[in-house]
Amino acid sequence: MNTDKVTSFLNLNASFRGPWTLLKKELLAFQTVAAPVITALLYLLIFAHVLEGHVQVYNGVPYTAFLIPGLIMMSVLQNAFANSSSSLIQSKVMGNLVFVLLTPLTHFQFFAAFLCAAIIRGLVVGLCIYLVAMWFVDIPIANPFLILAFALLGSALLGTFGIIAGIWADRFDQMAAFQNFIIMPLSFLSGVFYSIHSLPPFWQKLSQLNPFFYMIDGFRYGFFGRGDVSPLLSLSIVGASFLVLALITLKMLKSGYKLRA
Amino acid sequence: MNPAIKINGIHKNFGNLHALKGIDLTIERGEFFALLGPNGAGKSTLISILAGLIKPSAGDISVMGFDVVNQYQQARQLLGVVPQELVFDPFFNVREMLRFQAGYFGRGKENDAWVDEILEGLGLADKANTNMRKLSGGMKRRALIAQALAHKPPVIVLDEPTAGVDVELRQMLWEFIKKLNREGHTIILTTHYLEEAEALCSRVGMMKQGEIVALDSTANLLNKFAGKKLRLTLGDVALPDHIHSLLRHQEDGIFTFALSDMAQIEFVLSALKTANIKVLDMQLNEADLEDVFLSLVGKSS
Repeated sequence: MNTDKVTSFLNLNASFRGPWTLLKKELLAFQTVAAPVITALLYLLIFAHVLEGHVQVYNGVPYTAFLIPGLIMMSVLQNAFANSSSSLIQSKVMGNLVFVLLTPLTHFQFFAAFLCAAIIRGLVVGLCIYLVAMWFVDIPIANPFLILAFALLGSALLGTFGIIAGIWADRFDQMAAFQNFIIMPLSFLSGVFYSIHSLPPFWQKLSQLNPFFYMIDGFRYGFFGRGDVSPLLSLSIVGASFLVLALITLKMLKSGYKLRA
Repeated sequence: MNPAIKINGIHKNFGNLHALKGIDLTIERGEFFALLGPNGAGKSTLISILAGLIKPSAGDISVMGFDVVNQYQQARQLLGVVPQELVFDPFFNVREMLRFQAGYFGRGKENDAWVDEILEGLGLADKANTNMRKLSGGMKRRALIAQALAHKPPVIVLDEPTAGVDVELRQMLWEFIKKLNREGHTIILTTHYLEEAEALCSRVGMMKQGEIVALDSTANLLNKFAGKKLRLTLGDVALPDHIHSLLRHQEDGIFTFALSDMAQIEFVLSALKTANIKVLDMQLNEADLEDVFLSLVGKSS
């Protein structure tokens, strides 16, 4: 490399270092992977114990095996949301978000750092649940690319939603309301524990308005090669939802909504 | 060369409150500048606009020629602001936090020597590996100051850095800040401790209700607004009417008069003698910045 190239490489390096530092800090500040893994395993033990042998969703697929991809995805989504939202609300309430606001980080770099931290946290939690669940049941993998695509897009979507919630909420109880009234119902009613084909027509239609349904169904399709709807439809809906939320978030960050008076 | 800070017609409205009413101010590179004013005068609002935490309603501010709104990346790179509130990140120790802070500004390992210098200069060296949560209030304040300096900014803004800080730290802090100033850093300080501003700063701006009411070198302000202070211990007496206008302060039988020239001493003393009031004790002092401050800001507020 000649000197010019070295210099431009170093400059590039320096302009990446800001957002990279923020990402690193976000990852180091929240290390609880064990808690969500244990929660998911408790669901698995209880539902598998109660329903195994009584319920069969897909022909030839034991209920426990059916359940695992849904539980993994639910945990990925909830943890991606929790990572960005809790970090932001905590920094806002503690007041230390000011240290980030004083820096030359652009709104896009800020977004990218929080988003990547949320995705990584979601994926790590999902992977851990998968590795532990493997010991209990054989889970096939029909299409690893679909699995990865839905895990990435799903955690990105919820990570972004977490940033919006974190910017909007001023207090911890407002954030709890977000969790309890939006994230929990949408994830529990998304077909984690059942196929929506087993529901009455009205509830089937309603479920199809739930974006979580497409994330869970598409992710599960990657394992079993079948699902309630086409994985391409799910991928398009999840991808489009992510783009819309990402644009809203970037607009909020650029305008300084609730962060810069 | 662009000045360190140039403030042009800054207005800020919070609803009906007109918090800043057209501030114009230029601070040259290398200055040690004090911004004084009572609570609610608008000092912190002005600093928040400078730092990009608040958007101005009108006007503009530039740091070394870079506009804080349109060229915020360059402007913030040049600026280190110590927030007034004692905030901290509870997850990290002091050194980690300083490295993170420098990292946000694109600084890497090459900056570690500077981080050590800050830790040393602010008396934080032996707390470098202590978690922020476990620091005492005074130590947290030092860490807060260190954080603003982590990327070695040429322009440093200290918003009431010594509020609730013991004498030892104040001395240490000012030695370190004076050293930075000698090395060419521009320092802007807001404080309630007027003697600090008087001892440290070459130029002073005083704010009142969103406006700058005085802006001059510290020496000029002292000359212009105050002469001598005469403190007389007289006991429980009624002063003759014609020296009442010179009276600045009265407490427990001690009367303080503000005098513009020495001849007035004789005037006061002869008036007391005529009224048969006995002088129990007498002191003559130079006026300080507090007198200037009171005569400009205090009386009608």
